[in-house]
Amino acid sequence: MLGGLNTRVMLEYLPEIWQGFLSTLWLSAAGFLGAMALGVLACALAIQPLRWLRAPAVAYVDVIRATPLLAQLYFLYFGLPRLGIVLPEMLIGIIALSLNSGAYMAEIIRSGILSIPRGQVEAGMSTGLSYLQRMRLIVLPQALRATVSPVIGQTIVLVKDSSLLSLISVVELTRAGQRIAIDRFMPVEGLVATALGYLVLYYALKSAAGAWSARNALPGRG
Amino acid sequence: MFWFYAERILGYWPVLLKGLGMTLGLSLLSLLIGAAIGFAFGIIRAGGNRWLSRALGIYIDLFRGTPFLVQVFIVFFILPAAGIELSAFAAGVVALSNLAACFIGEIVAAGLKAVPQGQREAALASGMTPAQQMRLVLMPQALRIVTPSLVGQFVLLIKDSSVVSAIGLLDLTRAGWMIVQSVPQGLMVFGTVGLGYFLICYPLIHLSRRLERRGQDALL
Repeated sequence: MLGGLNTRVMLEYLPEIWQGFLSTLWLSAAGFLGAMALGVLACALAIQPLRWLRAPAVAYVDVIRATPLLAQLYFLYFGLPRLGIVLPEMLIGIIALSLNSGAYMAEIIRSGILSIPRGQVEAGMSTGLSYLQRMRLIVLPQALRATVSPVIGQTIVLVKDSSLLSLISVVELTRAGQRIAIDRFMPVEGLVATALGYLVLYYALKSAAGAWSARNALPGRG
Repeated sequence: MFWFYAERILGYWPVLLKGLGMTLGLSLLSLLIGAAIGFAFGIIRAGGNRWLSRALGIYIDLFRGTPFLVQVFIVFFILPAAGIELSAFAAGVVALSNLAACFIGEIVAAGLKAVPQGQREAALASGMTPAQQMRLVLMPQALRIVTPSLVGQFVLLIKDSSVVSAIGLLDLTRAGWMIVQSVPQGLMVFGTVGLGYFLICYPLIHLSRRLERRGQDALL
């Protein structure tokens, strides 16, 4: 069935697909930055001792993880204007992506920090290191190392999730592929071009994760 | 004002309930089909035939590397071009089961590889056939390792099933989308929708965590 693929039309729409690809790229990059900022913040709040600061961070992570991104996206898209907050669709999309992935990033960073054996912290205490020194010299170097691979994994999810922004009419890769479907009644060509674009990003991120963990694996710990 | 709209949204309870039923039915059906295929995938991926395993790995990567929305469109638009007409529900089940099979396949393969090599050798030395080794020795142990991930996978399926609303299937998200057209209160409508998902997914997330902890205790 792919034998009848009209490559001429696909080439004709290459500029649109390329623009969509770039949009997906920078939407994902913006979403990633937002997600990391939110993730670090939520994780920092979740592991500190004050309960009233911990509760909102934990609630945020739980609510996001137990509901679909599409419902979160529609919540903001249909909800914010009623509060008098009128934002461009693209910004709403970036906010939704950041909020969504931020919760997963928080969990990833938290489990990275908790994976450091307690004995190491105690060893640091008994050598007379201060809290900040223990964090800087013992906990964070190992925790961040353990975090890189899952963070890249979540970034792959984020890139794929950004396709949902097409449903609130943000023009990105998925939407660009639909142009071919709508203009030329050729859904197959549009979807194949779209899928190829995402696969490029997927394999790039996947091999980055592989290369990183091959070079930086800690002995005895994945 | 709040109560006025809350009452109007609750007036749509038959639509919400129908959507919830569709979300649950679609995810459950896809979990069952996806698990059946996924276990077969996992056995092949962890098995001895390297070429078969590699070919399947490429297939799985194709679906792990593209957005589910694009996959739903592909099933809904490309299969008809190949002469297979599918209803929106059938297309949703096919796309979601396939995604589940790909993810469960990798989970099961990892579980099988986590069973110590000595177990297989011991089974071989006691004269078991490969099928017996799998059924009596390897799979029961792998199953214990993968159960928490399978529950987590079900949560992902429930959430991913919302994407199927894009081809017009009336699930919980689509129900919210329909209601918001006549009750313009996005926060309340999708708050209700989100609550529906939360009530199903949150206990499952906890169950997955508990199973994981129990599994770790059992291994120690």
